[in-house]
Amino acid sequence: MSKPKSNNAKTISVALTLCLVCSVLVSAVAVGLKPAQVENARLDRNKNILVAAGMYNAESDTAADVAQRFKDFEVEIVDLNEGTYLDDEALKVAGIPDRNAYDASQATKNQALSEDLGSNDPAGIGRKPKYAKVYVKNDDAGQPEMVVLPIQGYGLWGTIYGFLTLESDMNTIKGISFYEHKETPGLGARIEEPEWRAKWSGIHSYDENGDVATGVTKAGNPKENWVDGISGATLTGRGVSNMIQFWLGEQGYKPYLDALREESGKTIDNADTQASQSKQPNNQTAQPTTELAALQPVANGKEA
Amino acid sequence: MADTKSILTSPIFDNNPIALQILGICSALAVTTSMSNALVMCVALTLVTAFSSFFISIIRKQIPSSIRIIVQMTIIASLVILVDQVLKAVAYDVSKGLSVFVGLIITNCIVMGRAEAFAMSNPPVPSFLDGIGNGLGYSAVLLFVATIRELLGSGTWFGITILQPVTDGGWYLPNGLLLLPPSAFFIIGLFIAIVRIWKPEQIEEAEFVMKPQSKGMAHGGGH
Repeated sequence: MSKPKSNNAKTISVALTLCLVCSVLVSAVAVGLKPAQVENARLDRNKNILVAAGMYNAESDTAADVAQRFKDFEVEIVDLNEGTYLDDEALKVAGIPDRNAYDASQATKNQALSEDLGSNDPAGIGRKPKYAKVYVKNDDAGQPEMVVLPIQGYGLWGTIYGFLTLESDMNTIKGISFYEHKETPGLGARIEEPEWRAKWSGIHSYDENGDVATGVTKAGNPKENWVDGISGATLTGRGVSNMIQFWLGEQGYKPYLDALREESGKTIDNADTQASQSKQPNNQTAQPTTELAALQPVANGKEA
Repeated sequence: MADTKSILTSPIFDNNPIALQILGICSALAVTTSMSNALVMCVALTLVTAFSSFFISIIRKQIPSSIRIIVQMTIIASLVILVDQVLKAVAYDVSKGLSVFVGLIITNCIVMGRAEAFAMSNPPVPSFLDGIGNGLGYSAVLLFVATIRELLGSGTWFGITILQPVTDGGWYLPNGLLLLPPSAFFIIGLFIAIVRIWKPEQIEEAEFVMKPQSKGMAHGGGH
């Protein structure tokens, strides 16, 4: 090493210059790449809506397929307390200029668009948006075939964002996906894995009385319609459980789901959903789910 | 100074940072379950090592020795953020797949080790080549480990099915152990063994030899 020049003025000036150069460089790159990153995040969110809806095949689908298939969904803004849709007129009154650009998690930072949850906040989100953006896919008769609901809640290290899809009975879970979280890689982050997410498909989220009756349970305590948690990820599992119960509950989408169910003349009937579950496997496009589905007949065959 | 070619090639097998110096194995465990992740990690680490060595070497005569480590860290950290930002903009899925491990390049001992051991005392161009060379050495191990782990763990290579798994009607039963971090230890050990059989001069002298037991246990008063 060359002769060390260790007088204090020199040391401080080198440190300051270096910090200045590095920070300018890093900020320039961060600002310059921001638009591309935001666009990527938007595409990823749309992709995860399709994942939650079981309409995405990770092996073969391209960005164009995602954009094409995403058009099947209608974007609706729901008043969470009333359970009703807002039309364009009502949106203007509420202060939402563009429904496609509306972001419910951004709205929680706006006093007018959200309400404080106070101590009644199991999902740990602090403020609840008054309006939520949901994605509805209608069947040929114009009846909702499935709805994709954005959900968020506090996990272990940060807020988990995801989507939950319900089938036309507004009770049976079709799929779930998570697109942003800060959980521990290899432990809590495994909520993202298709194998674990597949456990949610076909679960009935409400009991006969219309109360939320699902969540994440611990090993050795199996409950019908509850999902087995991941070993080593107890707190993440609790977070996911709380967020699902919160968003399906009175404070979340329940008024909206009740309204939809009433409109289509359906009731919560956990007995008859068996049929709709059995036609499921073909619709599931996520790879491991198909693998599981493929395994099933083999196992049954052996028993017989 | 050694000629340029040997600066570039010697870290690959003769002086491999992972196999001989046993540096930077943490990320070698974490990102080697699939080839595509491993490859991106290799490129990222090689670029960071090369450019951080390059910049540190340029200003090596200005760096006061009292704050040299923190100066090196600042340069390395800036480059890592840069790589992370670029990945998020151009390869979003890969960046999500690598999650924290791109950020953890900052703590990778190889980058810091080369900056301190080579770049602080050599001109910029050799330092840059030394960074590339060490990056390639790291890559050689990572790709070796990832090939075995992905092939035997999932039956694929770069996502292309090679061994048809039973679940898809094939014959291969994927070995789940190879997808878990401990398997990387075995494979890195295997790699080191192969390199040392091929180049016996890398085998280290034993630091101590256990003495043969001289007395019986009877009078030892052992614990």
